[in-house]
Amino acid sequence: MSQIILEAKNLNKTYTQRSGRFGFGTTLVQALDNVSIQLRTGSTLAVVGESGSGKSTLARCLLQLQPLESGEVFFQGKDLAQMSGEDLRVTRRDLQMVFQDPFASLNPRMRIGEIVGEGLLIHGLGSRDEQKSQVLSMLNRVGLKSEDVKKYPHEFSGGQRQRIGIARALVLSPKVLICDEPVSALDVSVQAQILLLLKELQAEMALSTLFISHDLRVVRHIADDIVVMNRGKIVEQGEVAEIYENPTQTYTQQLLSAIPGQKHLRKQALNA
Amino acid sequence: MTSILSVKNLTVATKVNASRLLVKNVSFSLQPGKTTCIVGESGSGKSLTALSIMGLLSKQLVQTQGSVVFQEQNLTLFNNSQLREIRGKKIGMIFQEPMTSLNPVLTVGYQIGESLTVHLGLKGAALKARIANLLQQVGIPESRADSYPDELSGGQRQRVMIAMSIACEPLLLIADEPTTALDVTVQAQILKLLDELKTRMNMAMLFITHDFGVVADIANDVVVMFRGEIVETGAVEQVLSNPQHPYTKALLDCVPDAAGKKELKPMDYAWLKGEVTT
Ligand SMILES: Nc1ncnc2c1ncn2[C@@H]1O[C@H](COP(=O)(O)OP(=O)(O)OP(=O)(O)O)[C@@H](O)[C@H]1O
Ligand SMILES: Nc1ncnc2c1ncn2[C@@H]1O[C@H](COP(=O)(O)OP(=O)(O)OP(=O)(O)O)[C@@H](O)[C@H]1O
Ligand SMILES: [Mg+2]
Ligand SMILES: [Mg+2]
Repeated sequence: MSQIILEAKNLNKTYTQRSGRFGFGTTLVQALDNVSIQLRTGSTLAVVGESGSGKSTLARCLLQLQPLESGEVFFQGKDLAQMSGEDLRVTRRDLQMVFQDPFASLNPRMRIGEIVGEGLLIHGLGSRDEQKSQVLSMLNRVGLKSEDVKKYPHEFSGGQRQRIGIARALVLSPKVLICDEPVSALDVSVQAQILLLLKELQAEMALSTLFISHDLRVVRHIADDIVVMNRGKIVEQGEVAEIYENPTQTYTQQLLSAIPGQKHLRKQALNA
Repeated sequence: MTSILSVKNLTVATKVNASRLLVKNVSFSLQPGKTTCIVGESGSGKSLTALSIMGLLSKQLVQTQGSVVFQEQNLTLFNNSQLREIRGKKIGMIFQEPMTSLNPVLTVGYQIGESLTVHLGLKGAALKARIANLLQQVGIPESRADSYPDELSGGQRQRVMIAMSIACEPLLLIADEPTTALDVTVQAQILKLLDELKTRMNMAMLFITHDFGVVADIANDVVVMFRGEIVETGAVEQVLSNPQHPYTKALLDCVPDAAGKKELKPMDYAWLKGEVTT
C-alpha cells in the first residue's frame, strides 16, 4: 500500500543485571528478542505492552542511541549503522525522539527558547529570526505561551515539560518521530490538541510516527498499526481496528479488558 | 466523620511576584479510608497543591496563605525536622516524575529501605525481607533491589516510588499521577494494592490523575482544578455523570473512547467568557 520509511530487522538486545543477595551475581535480561517492525510512510505505528517489556529500549535502539547486539535498522532503505558524514547528519535531523521522562531530558540550565531552538541552530536551519519565529510558533501549537521562552524547565508543570519535549522534536520538521509516552502527563483536552497536531503534520508533510503508549484509548484514535510487546517479544501485530476487535493473543485480550473505567463508561453509554 | 487532612484557603505564589498566584484559595478535606481524585488542566496547580501540603515547595515558591491540618495539627506551622518526622511515615508521597525524585547513585533497594530504617528502625535481615516483600507487591523481582534507577524501565521506576511511599503504611498517601508509565494490567494490580491498604489500614488517598477511567474506578470524591482554583468538588458519580461547572463538562467531553468512534477534539473555551475573572 505505501512505502516503508523505517524498518527494523531482528533486533536483539540483552542487559546484564546485578543480582543475588549480595549483588555479586549477574543475570541476563533479553529486552529485545528478535524484534522486527515496519513503519509505513505517513502512518502511525503504536507500540504497547507490559511495563518493562522493552519498548523504550526499542526506541533507543532504533535511533542508535544504544548499541544493538544484533539486527539492522533501515531508514529510507539505508542501513543506519553504515551511515556517515553528511548522510548521518541529515538523518539525525530527520529522526526525532520524544523521551519518556521529560524533565530528565531537558537541560536545567537552558531556557526553553534555547532548548527548543537548539536543533535549528545546530543544523543551521534558517536565519536567527526565522529560528525564533519557528520556536514561538511551535510552542504555541503545543499550547505554551510566547513568554515561556525565557523560563527554565523547573518553572513548568509535568505536562508543560512534556510539551516542551514535543516542541523540541517537531520544530525540526522530522520525517520520523519516535515518541515514548508523549501525552501521559496531559489532560484530555491538551492531549487531544497534541494528537491532532501530530495528525496535521502527518497530512502536511507525511510525518511518520512510532508511538509508544500505555493509553489504549489514545492508541485506538491515533494509530494505524499496532505492535504488542511482552517480555522483549512482539506477541501480536497488525492493523489497530482489527486487533482491537479481534485480539488473538491472550496477553492482548488481557490488555484490552483491563482498560480502566469500562464499567462506568458502559453505564453512561446506556444512559445516553 | 472527622477528616484526616483539611486544607483551607491554600494559596501559592512565586517569590519574585507575590501577586502571581499559582494556587488560589484551595480548600478540601480527606476522610480516612476514602480516595479523593484531583483532575484538571495541565498547569492548573495540582502538583503544587500536593507539594505545598507536604511542605516541599521549591525555593522560588511560597505558600502565602492558608492552613493544612493533618490529624488536628497545623503542618503549616511545623519546622523542617517536624515535617520530616511525618513525611514518609504518616504521609506517603509519590512524585510525578520518578527519575527526578530517585537518587541515581543509590540502589533502589537501599532507597526503599531508607524510610524503614529511619522511621521503623528496621535493620539487617528484617529490612531485606521487607524490601523484597515491597518489590514483590509492586511486581518487580526482588533481585532488582540491587539495580540503580537508570537500569530500570520507566514503569519500574514508578513502581519503586510506589513501594517507597507505602513502605511505612502511611495514614495518608498523596499520589501525583502514579501510574502514567504502567500498562493497564500492571496498573490494575497497583490500584488493587492501594485499595487493599485503604481497606486494611483505613488509609486516605489523594490521587492526582488525568485518566477518567481511573477516576471512575477508584475515586470516592473528585476535585476539579482550573487555573489554580477548584471549580468543582463532589462525589464521583455526581461529578462524572452530572457535572455542574462548564469546565468540568467541557473536559469530560474530551475524554477519548475505547472504540475510537468519538472524534478527538480539544476543549472549546467558549464557556470561559464571563466565567472566570482573570
Ligand atoms: N518554580 C516555579 N516558578 C514559576 N512557576 C511555576 C513553578 N513551578 C510551577 N509553576 C507554574 O505553576 C503552575 C502550576 O503548576 P503545577 O505543577 O502545580 O501544575 P499541574 O496541575 O500539576 O500540571 P500537570 O498536569 O501538567 O502536571 C504551572 O502553570 C507552572 O508553570
Ligand atoms: N541499563 C539497563 N541495565 C539493565 N537492565 C535494563 C537497563 N535498561 C533497561 N533494563 C531492563 O530492560 C527491560 C526493558 O526496559 P525498557 O525500558 O525498554 O521497558 P519499557 O517497555 O519501556 O517499560 P515501561 O513501560 O515501564 O517504560 C526492563 O526489565 C528493564 O529493567
Ligand atoms: Mg519505557
Ligand atoms: Mg503535575
